Formats: sequence, structure tokens, C-alpha cells
Amino acid sequence: MILTNSLANFGRYCMFLTRTFSIPDRWSVFGKRTIQEVSKLGIDSIPLVIIISLFIGAVCTIQMQLNVSSPLIPSYSVGLATREIILLEFSNSILCLILAGKVGSNIASEIGTMRVTEQIDALEIMGVNSANYLTLPKIVAFVFFMPVLSVLCMGTAFIGGWCVAAFTDIIPVSRYVYGLQTMFTEWYVWYGLIKSLVFAFLIASISSYCGYYVKGGALQVGKASTDAVVSSSIFILLFDVILTKLLLQ
Amino acid sequence: MIEVKKLRKSFDGRTVLHDIDATFYTGKTNLIIGQSGSGKTVLVKSLVGLLRPDKGEILFDGRNLLTMTSQEVKELRKEIGMLFQGSALFDSETVLGNVMFPLTMFTSMSRAEMLDRAMFCIERVNLKGAENKYPSEISGGMQKRVAIARAIALNPKYLFCDEPNSGLDPKTSIVIDELLSDITHEYGITTVINTHDMNSVLGIGENIIFINKGHREWVGDMSQIYTTSNEALNDFVFATRLFQDVRAYVAKHGKI
Ligand SMILES: Nc1ncnc2c1ncn2[C@@H]1O[C@H](COP(=O)(O)OP(=O)(O)O)[C@@H](O)[C@H]1O
Ligand SMILES: [Mg+2]
Repeated sequence: MILTNSLANFGRYCMFLTRTFSIPDRWSVFGKRTIQEVSKLGIDSIPLVIIISLFIGAVCTIQMQLNVSSPLIPSYSVGLATREIILLEFSNSILCLILAGKVGSNIASEIGTMRVTEQIDALEIMGVNSANYLTLPKIVAFVFFMPVLSVLCMGTAFIGGWCVAAFTDIIPVSRYVYGLQTMFTEWYVWYGLIKSLVFAFLIASISSYCGYYVKGGALQVGKASTDAVVSSSIFILLFDVILTKLLLQ
Repeated sequence: MIEVKKLRKSFDGRTVLHDIDATFYTGKTNLIIGQSGSGKTVLVKSLVGLLRPDKGEILFDGRNLLTMTSQEVKELRKEIGMLFQGSALFDSETVLGNVMFPLTMFTSMSRAEMLDRAMFCIERVNLKGAENKYPSEISGGMQKRVAIARAIALNPKYLFCDEPNSGLDPKTSIVIDELLSDITHEYGITTVINTHDMNSVLGIGENIIFINKGHREWVGDMSQIYTTSNEALNDFVFATRLFQDVRAYVAKHGKI
């Protein structure tokens, strides 16, 4: 039962994507909508990203200091370990899990509401490919803006750590900065950005899918937006494992 | 003219429409009437291709909707306007934006021409002055009129309305009914209205199709309805004292 259900959902998701990835009816309308979505899904997420990154960067640094406070380990390793955590996992997977909550529920409830109030039917009646019209700008906008959020997240998290070094006495600033710079692997940044692109696509497409096929009323829209967050999160974790295996080994 | 032949639709094995035959004429207000749950919305949604019937034919001036390619359906839809039960206006657009929408998507007009056409449609439904309001800022009756303006923006040949006056007070209902009737005659549109409002039935019903539990029970016009011997139709139309009195009056005097 669960298996057939998942297969049916997967098939429907693929069909939904083929409808989504077709040529837009009007490029000018597509462009305008994409810019609106960049603002709604991307720019509006910046404050959240900054706040979270700042605090997690700070907390990471404190905890690293607690865990590696041994005379055998050089003190710059606090900065180094913080950097690796931020680059490898926090600025992409964890950030996307958090954004799945904000952006995913936003997308699913918006499209779901349009479904139950027959706005999607109205689009179809006019001859508009509603999946393409509604979803493609969201996917394109979010995927293209995700690297910006991810880089912002890295930078802000390092600043968070730096604040700990600067305003407390648990680690000297120079040691922290030296840690950040030492033994740097550039590929980790690319690895993080590649992951964030994939996750952004998962969040935007899965949430749109959950909203698009809502049946019923306000209650089901609420359920769809929960489903969107849960499913996107699960697939982010799944692809996290797959991509890490593929890209880091 | 739209001809429907032996249209059947079922959901999960439960048949909602039983082999419906119907003809909807050009330049006339064609009404589909019936109780709540009798299958009116399912019929209208099948007619426009939002639901896929199990079998039957739907001919738009001879072109069968059910055998068209998706490209042909897309072309046909440019000739179709539809009014949904809840208006289905885009909440993120103003009144003007809503009416402009089909024009921006499907015409190569310049912006000035589009504005002209949109303002013409807005004035046609008597909403001049409200063009910069959002759907949430206007009343239900006004929303319905915006939906009408949006539906006629591309000069449709076919107009479908799902309960255009549900949730409106009687006076506003009449305004909407008359607007639909006027537009139909003015532009020679094939209008299909589904309703359970008796005022509309007796006011604008030029071709009435009565659906009862998914069967087509009766076909006629508003004058024939007073003298029908069909029991289900009588039960439905003359359910209230008021309409029973109207019928008695018509029987005595020949007309209202
Ligand atoms: N998508 C659907 N899935 C299952 N049953 C449906 C669906 N749409 C309508 N029905 C059923 O079809 C019947 C007719 O509904 P409808 O056409 O909405 O009635 P109305 O005449 O009030 O518009 C109802 O019994 C309803 O339960
Ligand atoms: Mg209905």
C-alpha cells in the first residue's frame, strides 16, 4: 500500500515536472514572475539566514573550544573545525532544512490556496500551462538565489565565530582566524554549493508539487504545507548522503 | 453551438453523470439546473475539459473536445471564458491586472491597446473606478463582475458560468443575471450557466436543461416550465410557496 502510493506519487511528480519544464507561454511574463519570486523566496530569506548563521557560527566555536581543550591539540584547530562544519554541512544541508520550513511551506500554501479557490482551474481554462506558469519561476528563482544565501551563510557564520573570539576570552582572535585559513580545501566550498543547488531544486519542486495536487479546502492546504516541509526535509537528507558519497570520496 | 452526446462520468465506480444528451445554442442563455449534488459542476467542468469524462462526445461547433490533441485544446480554450463559483480571481493582482491577464498571455497587443480593452470590459460590467482595488477589497458581487470582465476580455465564443449568483443577495443576483444575458445577446456568445436559483431560471432561462441525480430529466424554456408535468422538475422549481403562487397565477392569467 505504502509502496504503491509512493510509486504513484513519484510518477505524478515526474509528470508534474515535465509539464513544469516546458517553454513558457510568454517569456516577458516568465521573467517578471521570476524576479518577483527572487524577491519573495530569496531576498526575504536573507534576515533569517543571517540570524541563524550568526548564532550557529558562534555556538560552533564555543563548543569546539569545549571539546578540543586539550594541551595536545593546537588552539587554532577550533577555527579549523568550525570552518569545516560550516562549509561541509551547515551552509547547505542544515540551512536548506531550515529554509525548507520557510520557503517550502510558503510555496505549498500559496499554490495550494490557488488550487482550492479554483485559480489554477481558471488558468487552465484560459489555456495557460498552470504548472509551468506557477512553478517554473519559483524553481528557477530559488535555485539561482540559493548559492547567494549559501555564501552569505558561510560568511556570517565565520563572523559569528569571530565575535566569540573577539568578545570572550575562550580563544584569541588571531588563533581563530589562523584556524579558518589553515589547511583550506577549496573543493569543500564547491561541494557545499553543488549540494545547496540540488537541495534548492528539491525544496521548490517538491513543495510546488504538494501544493499543486491539493484536494479539498483550507484544512488540506495546511496539511499540504506540512507535507511539503516533511518531504523536502527527508529528500534533502537522502540526497545529502548520496551527494557526499559521490562528491567527497 | 455545443452538443453533448451520451456523456458519462464516474468517480471511483460511482456514476455521477448518466449518459447526458444536451444542446447549448449560440446567442442564448443555456441553463443547467438541478439540486445541489446533482452533478451540475461536474457537467460544466467536463464540458470545458477540466474533468475527463468516461465516454461520450462534446462537440464545439462540430469539433470534438475529447479527441483533440493538447495543442488543439489549447487553441479552443482561447475561445472559452469561464466564471467559477468562487470567482477564482488572482489575489495577487488588482482588478485591472486580473482583466489584463488573458490579454498579456495571449495577444500581441501593445500595452496601450490592452489597457483600452481591459478598461472597456471593466466599464461593461460597471466597475469603473475599482480597477486599482485588490479582490480582497471588493464585495462578492463585484468580484463576480470582475470575473465576468476577465472572462470576456478575449471575446470568447463560449462562456461557462458555475453558479454565478451563489452567495449573492437577490438584487445583486439579478444584476449578474442581466449582465450575463445582455452580454450573451450582444456578442452572440454560447453561454452555459449552471444554477439552482429559481429567479434566474424564470428570469433568463432561454434553454433549460434539468439534471436530476445525474440524469437529464427535462429540456425546455422558461415558459414551458410552468406547465410541465414532470414531477421531479415540479418538486424542484416549485418547492417554495412563492413559486407555487406564481405558477397558480400563470395558470389563471396565462402570463405574469
Ligand atoms: N472530484 C470528485 N471526486 C469524487 N466525487 C466528486 C468529485 N466532484 C464531484 N463529485 C461528486 O459528484 C456529485 C455531483 O457534484 P457536483 O457536480 O459538484 O454537484 P452540483 O450539482 O451541486 O454542482 C456529488 O455527489 C459529488 O460528491
Ligand atoms: Mg456546483
